[in-house]
Amino acid sequence: MSNRTLPGWIDIGLIPLINICLAFLVSAGIIMLIGENPVEAVQVMLFGAFGYDEGIGYTLYYATNFIFTGLAVAVAFHAGLFNIGGEGQAYLGGLGVGLMCLMLDGWLPWWALLPFAIAAGGLFGAAWAYIPAYLQAYRGSHIVITTIMFNFIASALMVYLLVNVLIEPGSMSPQTRSIAESATLPYMYQVFAAFGVEIEQSPLNVSLILALLACVLVWLLIWHTRWGYAIRMIGFNEKAAVYSGINTRRTIVISMCISGALAAMVGINEVMGAQQRVLLEFVAGAGFTGIAVSLMGRNHPLGIIAASVLFGALYQGGAELSFEISTITRDLVVVIQGLVILFCGALAYMLKPTLEKLFLRYTLSKASRKDKLTEEASS
Amino acid sequence: MNETLLMLVSILDSTIRVSTPLIFCAMAGVFSERSGIVDIGLEGKMLAGAFAAAATAAVTGSAWLGLGCAIIVSVGMALLHGFACITHRGNQVVSGLAINILASGLTVTLGIAWFAQGGQTPQLSGDARFAALELPGAAAVADIPVIGAIYSELISGHNLLVYMALLSVPVTWWVLFRSRFGLRLRAVGENPQAVDTAGISVAWLRYRAVMCAGLLCGIAGTYLSTAQNAAFLKDMSAGKGYIALAALIFGKWHPKAALLACLLFGFLEALSVRLQGVQLPVIGEVPVQLMQALPYVLTVILLAGFIGKAIAPKAIGIPYNKER
Repeated sequence: MSNRTLPGWIDIGLIPLINICLAFLVSAGIIMLIGENPVEAVQVMLFGAFGYDEGIGYTLYYATNFIFTGLAVAVAFHAGLFNIGGEGQAYLGGLGVGLMCLMLDGWLPWWALLPFAIAAGGLFGAAWAYIPAYLQAYRGSHIVITTIMFNFIASALMVYLLVNVLIEPGSMSPQTRSIAESATLPYMYQVFAAFGVEIEQSPLNVSLILALLACVLVWLLIWHTRWGYAIRMIGFNEKAAVYSGINTRRTIVISMCISGALAAMVGINEVMGAQQRVLLEFVAGAGFTGIAVSLMGRNHPLGIIAASVLFGALYQGGAELSFEISTITRDLVVVIQGLVILFCGALAYMLKPTLEKLFLRYTLSKASRKDKLTEEASS
Repeated sequence: MNETLLMLVSILDSTIRVSTPLIFCAMAGVFSERSGIVDIGLEGKMLAGAFAAAATAAVTGSAWLGLGCAIIVSVGMALLHGFACITHRGNQVVSGLAINILASGLTVTLGIAWFAQGGQTPQLSGDARFAALELPGAAAVADIPVIGAIYSELISGHNLLVYMALLSVPVTWWVLFRSRFGLRLRAVGENPQAVDTAGISVAWLRYRAVMCAGLLCGIAGTYLSTAQNAAFLKDMSAGKGYIALAALIFGKWHPKAALLACLLFGFLEALSVRLQGVQLPVIGEVPVQLMQALPYVLTVILLAGFIGKAIAPKAIGIPYNKER
């Protein structure tokens, strides 16, 4: 149908770009509405996010979380599933990471503990995604609704566990004890210092490397394995997948489990890296930001990295902005996030008919000019 | 005996208070989802409505103007949802999610810019709030045992919006199941092709359905900020929109059953507040979090088909494409 009338670069390049620009344009309008200068705001944000070492560190630290949740949403998306449950899966994943670290932190150094923490976190996250996936595949309940419900259940469960079970004895705030220093992930500034490069301190840690590795693995999985082919086929046309002998139910469950395990890796960055303990609400909306990241990055690891850095910059720049301009808070970043989801997701094809018309007119006029030229040449 | 009765009456009383925004939102969801449009944005529309109501009431001093403004804002967001999913056939879940996130950020950002109180609106009092209504004779019968307590505490003494919520259920039922508009609305949620073939505009029907949803969410928000509370607070909807969504599914997209689900969820919430720190015989102390999670757990179990089957409108979530 109409999918074929536009060349690829317009479809995957220009349209998303215009949509992002629209989202930012509306954001600028909102900044003007509250009486501030959008140009100044952008300058503050850019400087806050990229202007100095510490800012860059924070930007990449936030981006690490968004890469994980963005990949999680994308893997499910390729199978035609909309995983809104990244928030809950990351929360439970963090619990797995935390429990493993608290169990073994006196015994093992961080590099020996990391595989166990990844396994435990991944297992917890996958388990939390498994139930909605199973219910979708075998009992026909809708995954969007069940994952929303599971976010709330995860939140209640974690409050219960942190307040009543895992709370550090004698502590007033609901959090676990700190993980022993030998077991926490090295910060990037420490890694750089080991090579003799001095950079400022920030919570950025080696999880970033893990996140980039996850991108490569997801790319390999989705486009270069049989599983990935099955996943994409289900997302493309479930009926055709069934006819060609793919076990759709099992593939749905597997792809959701992978998705949950990816979201859970937020726990590695937060629990084992930045916070070094399990806190209440440590996911802080990264699961939802993952949806925006995945939509913006068109479900491709490269796009997801780019979108994650952009959102990391928005989060860090937003923090700087709220520091500089008192009438703006970090809630503005939430607004921008909502607008990106709106324009890149729900209104993704708003401009397509218009662009198609423009493009057709352009190519037709070019073709007729060519015809005229050839006519003239032949006569 | 008398004490137990009083406690029961007071729990039921707070059940009704807590259920009111759920009932409005669930009815909103019934309209939207029966027409085939998934409405995850109940939460966002309610939150935006709550902010609009409190902001207008704080400036003008009139709760009624607040209500009007909340409805305008909420219907506006519903139209945005419609524009994305009806006109441009966008993903309805993504659109609803965008509305929720947008409302959560925008209310606080505008609140800080306009009132400079950390995202809250000024405290409302007097005419800027919907006050409790005293039903006729409530004071007179208050001393009569049992009936007096029930009438004066439970039935009387709520504000107008509470009674409107209870009234919205039969109205929704009547509109959906007895009016021509309702018949067509339900048809468009089951089989839009047939409605289109009959020469009725699918898009216009669905737009009207999401506008009804926006109207009801606006009233729900007004209740939150000008009746139940006396100001807008950051993220004050606190997941109520999702509970209403759960209640709507639990009620199998039917107004009467959705009302019962709302009352059940409201009762659980009222009970959990009451049971905080209380040691029950045999079970011991029930964790508050368990009670909070119960509506969600029940909905998941229902959706899995273990306690009956919840059958959604057939065309739900599928954008209608005339060309095919």
